[in-house]
Amino acid sequence: MSAAFTLAFDSFGKLVVTMADGTKHVGAVVARAFPIKAPDQNISILSAEGKELAWVESLNDLPERERDLVSQALQAREFMPEILSLEGVNSFSTPSVWRVQTTRGPTQLVLKGEEDIRRLSTNTLIVADAHGVQFLIRDLPSLDRHTRKLLDRFL
Amino acid sequence: MNSSLSASTKVVLPEGWRTSALAQLSTHENVLACLEVDLNAQLHFSLGFLIVTDQRVLFGFQSVGSAPVWAIWPLTAGMQMTHTDHAGVGALSLVDATQRLASWRFTLTHNVTAMRLQEMFADRIEVLTHGKSLASMAQARCPQCKLQLENAGDDCPVCSREQHAPMSTWGLFRLWRFAKPYQWRLLAGFLLTLASTAATLVPPYLTMPLMDDVLIPFQNGKDIDHDLVALYLGGLLGAALVAWGLGWLKTYILALVSERIGADLRTTAYEHLMRLSLEYFGGRRTGDLMNRIGAETDRICVFLSLHLLDFATDVLMIVMTASILISIDPKLAAATLLPLPFIVWLIHTVRDKLRTGFEKIDRVWSELTNVLADTIPGIRVVKAFAQEQREANRFRDANKHNLAVNDRINFVWSLFSPTVTLMTELGLLVVWGVGIWLVSHHQITVGVLAAFLAYIGRFYTRLDSMSRIVSHTQKAAAGAKRIFEILDHVSSVPETLHPQKLPVPLQGNIEIQDAGFRYGNRAVIRGMNLSIRPGEMIGLVGQSGSGKSTLVNLICRFYDLSEGSIKLDGIDIRNISLSDFRSHIGMVLQEPFLFFGTISDNIAYGKPDATREEIVAAARAAHAHEFILRLPQGYDSLVGERGQGLSGGERQRISIARALLINPRILILDEATASVDTETEQEIQKALDNLVQGRTTIAIAHRLSTLNKADRLVVMEQGVVVEEGDHDTLMARQGAYFRLYEAQAKNTGDAVVRPSKESV
Repeated sequence: MSAAFTLAFDSFGKLVVTMADGTKHVGAVVARAFPIKAPDQNISILSAEGKELAWVESLNDLPERERDLVSQALQAREFMPEILSLEGVNSFSTPSVWRVQTTRGPTQLVLKGEEDIRRLSTNTLIVADAHGVQFLIRDLPSLDRHTRKLLDRFL
Repeated sequence: MNSSLSASTKVVLPEGWRTSALAQLSTHENVLACLEVDLNAQLHFSLGFLIVTDQRVLFGFQSVGSAPVWAIWPLTAGMQMTHTDHAGVGALSLVDATQRLASWRFTLTHNVTAMRLQEMFADRIEVLTHGKSLASMAQARCPQCKLQLENAGDDCPVCSREQHAPMSTWGLFRLWRFAKPYQWRLLAGFLLTLASTAATLVPPYLTMPLMDDVLIPFQNGKDIDHDLVALYLGGLLGAALVAWGLGWLKTYILALVSERIGADLRTTAYEHLMRLSLEYFGGRRTGDLMNRIGAETDRICVFLSLHLLDFATDVLMIVMTASILISIDPKLAAATLLPLPFIVWLIHTVRDKLRTGFEKIDRVWSELTNVLADTIPGIRVVKAFAQEQREANRFRDANKHNLAVNDRINFVWSLFSPTVTLMTELGLLVVWGVGIWLVSHHQITVGVLAAFLAYIGRFYTRLDSMSRIVSHTQKAAAGAKRIFEILDHVSSVPETLHPQKLPVPLQGNIEIQDAGFRYGNRAVIRGMNLSIRPGEMIGLVGQSGSGKSTLVNLICRFYDLSEGSIKLDGIDIRNISLSDFRSHIGMVLQEPFLFFGTISDNIAYGKPDATREEIVAAARAAHAHEFILRLPQGYDSLVGERGQGLSGGERQRISIARALLINPRILILDEATASVDTETEQEIQKALDNLVQGRTTIAIAHRLSTLNKADRLVVMEQGVVVEEGDHDTLMARQGAYFRLYEAQAKNTGDAVVRPSKESV
């Protein structure tokens, strides 16, 4: 399938979308519609003003060059570290500082209250830290025992 | 050199980077600002260090185990540093005229520092380009909220209030704050407990002489001494009566006190809750809050009045019994007290397990309440979409979860009690064994053994009930923790410590400067500047989601700005006491909320001491007077929770009367006519026209036609003001407003056409 648009990064690092009719949109934004349930499907390309320019059913539908650029744009924009393990907490009552290992490397987060842990489904949780970063726990039962034990105190 | 550089002396390089950074700097270089960034270009957590000096921008980063690598860009005129943020990640980019030179990313933890760095950079570039500093830099300001500071680089008193101190786990002791007013009654209760416990210990003591002086001599052939028996039995009866009287009195006094402590706790929690900002309520669920304030304060109260009392009695009993036993016979006492340390240890281990379990049960319980609080108000939606079964299932699932958590806890718990009982039996066995041995060696009399057995029966039942208290204590501690969570929550819209008085009379001049607001990690309002003259009517227009309602919420101070300031007659609204400030604001919302009560109560909500004449005058001005009189009970008619029985327009007019009655200087109309039909709208419009006169008014409306009275229209798009001016200028400009207007004109045109087609 040939894409109805081409992508490029300009020298300012902005994403430029050129539509089939030749119109150019500088500063376009790529967004996943279902970042958790279906990260590689249903991706939208929006203009800087927030108008949808293109809708991609699946990343695999795109030509390789476009797919790389889309992934690159997504990677620079999306920030939802996935918690791989919980190494320790400073207190079981909130606010509590957690030391975590994530897909984006080790870090600390501050949990303001138990209600900042939200359940998306039985096994998927989102932990919002005090500064608005959202950490994902994709599959609770697959985490190690120590992590689950610590988490259990907050759930 | 100049004012901006004098601030640079305050820049302190963090320990980890200092040596490496200093090696990079030349002797004539001044560090203006620095920032530790915690993300790399792929948004992985990795530390980097950004420095802006008066000559260069330096960035150092360190891969594990190697020395930092530095990249350097000399400052040139025309360079720019841009700051953006999205989804909790901030980014600074260094660009020149042709390209982006570099960009750095960080979590919003470092946002304030980043903005300070950006400001210092812009100022330095300004010096390089024009040879002079920006005027605004003469005054040190907080980079986030633009509040004036004494020294550049000081912590801003408004922005630095986020603190993350962990709470003490000794939640129950914090209840002392509530017990303190009743300390004398508590002391009396304690003394009574002491006395009544002592009284209950007399009867077993009397078994000793009864046995040794009466029964055993009788078995050995002596006659029974009737006077002596009467004396001992009288003693038994007297002790029982005294214990009964004292017990009754102490329970009564302590129950009174604990009931009051519970009530105080509830009121305080509710009062505190009312003062918290909308942000708090936005993030929480009704059911959970109701549960905390209702059920959990009650649980604490029951704990204080029953279980804590029992516990105190138990401890006293054990201590007294132990000392009596020791005074009678130390050897047998030692054998009796043997299992005690073991039981104490058992209680201690089980306690931790139980406490976390009970906290869990509380959370699950809130989950159950939440299902109810979700579905009952939304019952129309549930029924309309025929989802009764699904909601029932949701409840059943929550209930199942509740059962599962309870089952787990009950396993530990159910094992605990019988274990204590077993220990008791074993202890009794030991006492019998040791006792018989001692009697056979003539070290003690049979009476002493009998007394010991009588005491020990009480002793162990006490231990048993003490073990029971573990669960109640933990339940109450969990409850206390959740209540103190409310009490410890500091409102995100804090009352200022030194409120400034608003001028009398208030002019109603509103000044919004560089306002920015972030909801969670989403920037809703950005770099907004708007000034509203006294008495001016502003119409806010824009698509939904453009930040109009947020702006209004910010002006009302339901939330505080993340950046910038809002001033009322030149005073920052954060420096005005909340009740003073809000008493000057009248609001009419899209969905008017009527409280349960009479119509006159609802109109007088903002001014409870209003006279009947004032209420009627307000209702007249709001065009509500006539329809109210048509109701059978007139102004005394009861209206329900969501104002059932009144139409949307009628409810709206009552809320307009409510706003009119407090005679506010500032008026907010948030889609006041959106939910009613055109005819009612006209009626309401008339009422609103009365309301608007002479007041600073901010009106939000989708229907642009309702804003024809506005002095100025402000068009918002994605949190920024894009256009400003009156209807004609904006139409002439053919911009965002023109598009909105056209789109609506087309829609209304369609609406006119459609019915005529049907009628053909």
